[in-house]
Amino acid sequence: MGINWFRYASPVSFLPLARALAPWFLATAAVLGGIGLWLGFGVAPTDATQGDAYRIIFIHVPAAWMAMFIYVVMAGWSALALGYNTRLSAMMAQALAPTGALMAALALWTGAFWGRPTWGTYWAWDARMSSTLILLFLYVGVIALRGAFDDARRADRACALLTLVGVVNVPIIYFSVRWWNTLHQGSSISLTAAPTMAAIMVTAMLVMTFALWAYCIGVVLWRVQAIVAEREEGAPWLARTAVAR
Amino acid sequence: MTPRHRRFALIGAGLCVLAVVAALVLNAFQSNLVFFFSPSQVVAHEAPQGKPFRIGGMVVDHSLTRDPATLTVRFIVTDTVHTIPVVYTGLLPDLFKEGKGVVAQGSLQPDGTFRATEVLAKHDENYMPPEAAAAMKAAREGMNDKTFEKPQP
Repeated sequence: MGINWFRYASPVSFLPLARALAPWFLATAAVLGGIGLWLGFGVAPTDATQGDAYRIIFIHVPAAWMAMFIYVVMAGWSALALGYNTRLSAMMAQALAPTGALMAALALWTGAFWGRPTWGTYWAWDARMSSTLILLFLYVGVIALRGAFDDARRADRACALLTLVGVVNVPIIYFSVRWWNTLHQGSSISLTAAPTMAAIMVTAMLVMTFALWAYCIGVVLWRVQAIVAEREEGAPWLARTAVAR
Repeated sequence: MTPRHRRFALIGAGLCVLAVVAALVLNAFQSNLVFFFSPSQVVAHEAPQGKPFRIGGMVVDHSLTRDPATLTVRFIVTDTVHTIPVVYTGLLPDLFKEGKGVVAQGSLQPDGTFRATEVLAKHDENYMPPEAAAAMKAAREGMNDKTFEKPQP
């Protein structure tokens, strides 16, 4: 293909790209989020057994998917950072961590408020919930580990290593409901079988999922600009782009 | 092999070793990762003896009895092979229903009943509007009627 992807491994060429794309992703997130919430809370019918409590699914499931997916992406950037020793890969991993932590916290928090009216408890130490809590701790651990180093390049390597070690947790979260008895129900949507939900519910959930995708990409592209500005402070090229802006 | 290739090979090998270690650890802790035991496992003495544990299964239809004076309820949990009678004093969750999933924490009494200290409802991953659920129920009952009719022409 004609695109030289390695060109964008340099903050010099990536910064203008991130600056140009971020607002578009955030605008898409706002539009899709509005449509998704309207479909989920206005159009979708109540559930036969759970009543209206099930509507938490429209935030809970997309947030839980994002929490797992962002971790895998973070691990991918970390592997690139360790392998190629590129600055931008580590900066992307750094930019992803707070958003991933937010998504994991959102999934746990909405899950607790779903569990209370349906299961009868906010929290149970079953495999799905415990492994998701470990995911949140991994995100917080990566953020804290970075704060413990003064030298950004040493912090990059340490954080990349911790991120890569933690990636084994992601398949454990995903398959926990299949491998063990859990209080948490199985997956309603998978790549291999037809969804076990009414069509309008699936549609609303997918729209919300795309909205969260767009939000996460937009916010991470925004944050990476700040990280580049902070870490490349004093670099002549940054001063030039700032003037050109 | 350039140093770059060596680094990527090292990362890949490290992840493989990590995956194997995780699989072995999870396998070793298998019994601790299980949230509840089925009635069959309890009957086969696979559940922990002499300390509290959780049982899970379906509430048998028409098995729920309430003590009119207190909050004590009795019901039977089944995994369609074995059954365990459960006694519980307290409020049941809203989604607790006969024929639906349940997880109860407590201990097995010498007489074979399970005295629960906490009862949780376990719902499934199916979501549908009430009209669809009613239609499915009607269809199921219609099918049952036909099977009942068949032996008596």
